[in-house]
Amino acid sequence: MTKRMEQRFADLKSEGRPALVTYFMGGDPDYSTSLGIMKALPRAGADVIELGMPFSDPMADGPAIQMAGRRALKGGQTLARTLDLAKDFRKEDQTTPIVMMGYYNPIYVYGVDRFLSDALEAGIDGLIVVDLPPEMDEELCLPALAKGINFIRLATPTTDDKRLPTVLKNTSGFVYYVSMTGITGSALPDPSRVAGAVERIKGHTNLPVCVGFGVKTAEHARLIGAAADGVVVGTAIVNQIANTLDSEGRATADTVESVATMVQGLASGARAARLDAAE
Amino acid sequence: MNQPLKPNSFRAGPDEEGRFGKFGGRFVAETLMPLILDLQEQWNKAKSDDAFKAELEALNTHYTGRPSPLYFAERLTSELGGAKIYFKRDELNHTGSHKINNCLGQILLAKRMGKTRIIAETGAGQHGVAAATVAARFDLPCVVYMGATDVERQAPNVFRMKLLGAEVKPVTSGQGTLKDAMNEALRDWVTNVESTYYLIGTAAGPHPYPEMVRDFQSVIGREAREQIMEREGRLPDLLVAAVGGGSNAIGLFHPFLDDEDVGIVGVEAGGKGLDTDEHCASLTAGSPGVLHGNRTYLLQDADGQIEDGHSISAGLDYPGIGPEHSWLKDSGRVDYVPITDREALDAFKLLTKLEGIIPALEPAHALAEVIKRAPAMDKDQIIVMNLCGRGDKDVFTAAKALGVEL
Repeated sequence: MTKRMEQRFADLKSEGRPALVTYFMGGDPDYSTSLGIMKALPRAGADVIELGMPFSDPMADGPAIQMAGRRALKGGQTLARTLDLAKDFRKEDQTTPIVMMGYYNPIYVYGVDRFLSDALEAGIDGLIVVDLPPEMDEELCLPALAKGINFIRLATPTTDDKRLPTVLKNTSGFVYYVSMTGITGSALPDPSRVAGAVERIKGHTNLPVCVGFGVKTAEHARLIGAAADGVVVGTAIVNQIANTLDSEGRATADTVESVATMVQGLASGARAARLDAAE
Repeated sequence: MNQPLKPNSFRAGPDEEGRFGKFGGRFVAETLMPLILDLQEQWNKAKSDDAFKAELEALNTHYTGRPSPLYFAERLTSELGGAKIYFKRDELNHTGSHKINNCLGQILLAKRMGKTRIIAETGAGQHGVAAATVAARFDLPCVVYMGATDVERQAPNVFRMKLLGAEVKPVTSGQGTLKDAMNEALRDWVTNVESTYYLIGTAAGPHPYPEMVRDFQSVIGREAREQIMEREGRLPDLLVAAVGGGSNAIGLFHPFLDDEDVGIVGVEAGGKGLDTDEHCASLTAGSPGVLHGNRTYLLQDADGQIEDGHSISAGLDYPGIGPEHSWLKDSGRVDYVPITDREALDAFKLLTKLEGIIPALEPAHALAEVIKRAPAMDKDQIIVMNLCGRGDKDVFTAAKALGVEL
């Protein structure tokens, strides 16, 4: 495996705080703004970056991420250009883990072997592919693991104890617990139920468990972060980007800065989580 | 050498993983996987359960009106001057198309699984109407997702669904057609997975849907086989059916796949022509990809982004196709050809005038291919075409295309 992911979670553990995992859509609303956002994320306190790969038919995403994908595609984003984003980012940051997240078809059409080689070269540390459950591991998961790229799986409230071992079997990097059945951008679930679910998953694995879906504010990050090894924020960031665009959907002078400000707030929330727990 | 080896049987698929060769599979979000596995288990039990089969058969007979007639189109045959043309008249079914065959089967399954809410996607509205119909019959609330563009061009079916008690949710994402409706239905499903049964309308989606829908629709081919044997004492030379997602076609084709002497043709929507961007011929002009839970032929660009299809027929403008058709194409067992909007409209008019049958625009595509092929065939040869839907719903669309104001 690439070492960045393991290193990052080990460091966070010794610091005693959860990871802030931030998602944005590659190429939203254009390549250079998107690169600016990506570079701003670690400076603002993001520990892991999820780099969205736009797809025309995002079946598991809510309206915010659907729109982000559409803006990116309209701006000419392709899978090759999303890999370029990572490559450009790596010129100045060699430590922040990057996880590419999206749907399988663009990767399949690009060619699995070619994609994995290019992703490794671009400095990618992991993949989250929403429509590849364990039953489809031969498609991409096993080839990715063989190349040394983490394959991060989603576990959901419907993943019961009987199924968890199947889901965790070829998972590496971390486990992404989707805290509710639903699409991205839904409401925050009850934190105490999340804590129970994280504990349940931890009974089956030593991997870090990060929790996402519904986290929008620093307060959410603090609540969820108290129970998990990491907090994933996606839709809130994507909405922040959307809110700064002009009427034509183009980036403005505020776009990068306002995302950075928001992530700083989320980071302070996540950092406060363990202080609370320690008291 | 690239051609796959000829299988022993064309009717053996899918395998346990839901694959037809390299096509099919289960490409869905983890949230749905436990449910998909449960569905598969329930389906496996139901299909070998005599009580389930008897209940479905009784509904087919007394509710739908099966068996549908096999009709010899005498005037059309003499007009074209070649092969004898028979129509499998699934347009006479209750609700006006073959869609009811599948909906009855699936709603019985939903009941067995204890689901309390039905969702469906629809393009032309035929599946939406059939889903709303069985939901009414079995007293389950039903939400139908329909592209906003389709809501507009299929107004009579929208009204029907509402009368039947369904909630019709227009989908504005994308181009507002069938693929977008399917995305939205999947989003609903992933959110309400505990309570909800997703009644997919075509032989596509994650395993076991392609197999299950095919099996429910195969009643068409089984009846046609018996009926033609009774009428002609032999099997037909050619089967023809329209393919959008491909459920009526696989329903007719499947029982004949291992009869080597029966030629089989699937007819895709050629829209304004394959030399334009406005068509929906996934098999003829697409390439393999992964969408809506299965690997199959898709209309897509070089980056794997799905393209919107076009057809005058709302039931055919899905940019994918059931995975079994993809496999039947690659294995060479079935020929797939495109028919343009114009050719379909001409066929629509011809059938109405000659036989007094107004076909839906979907089977009008199949008919246009029959019109091309029949004259070149011998008079003692036989074509069976699936007349899978009636044209009442398309009267407005046809009038507009023919420049008539209603």
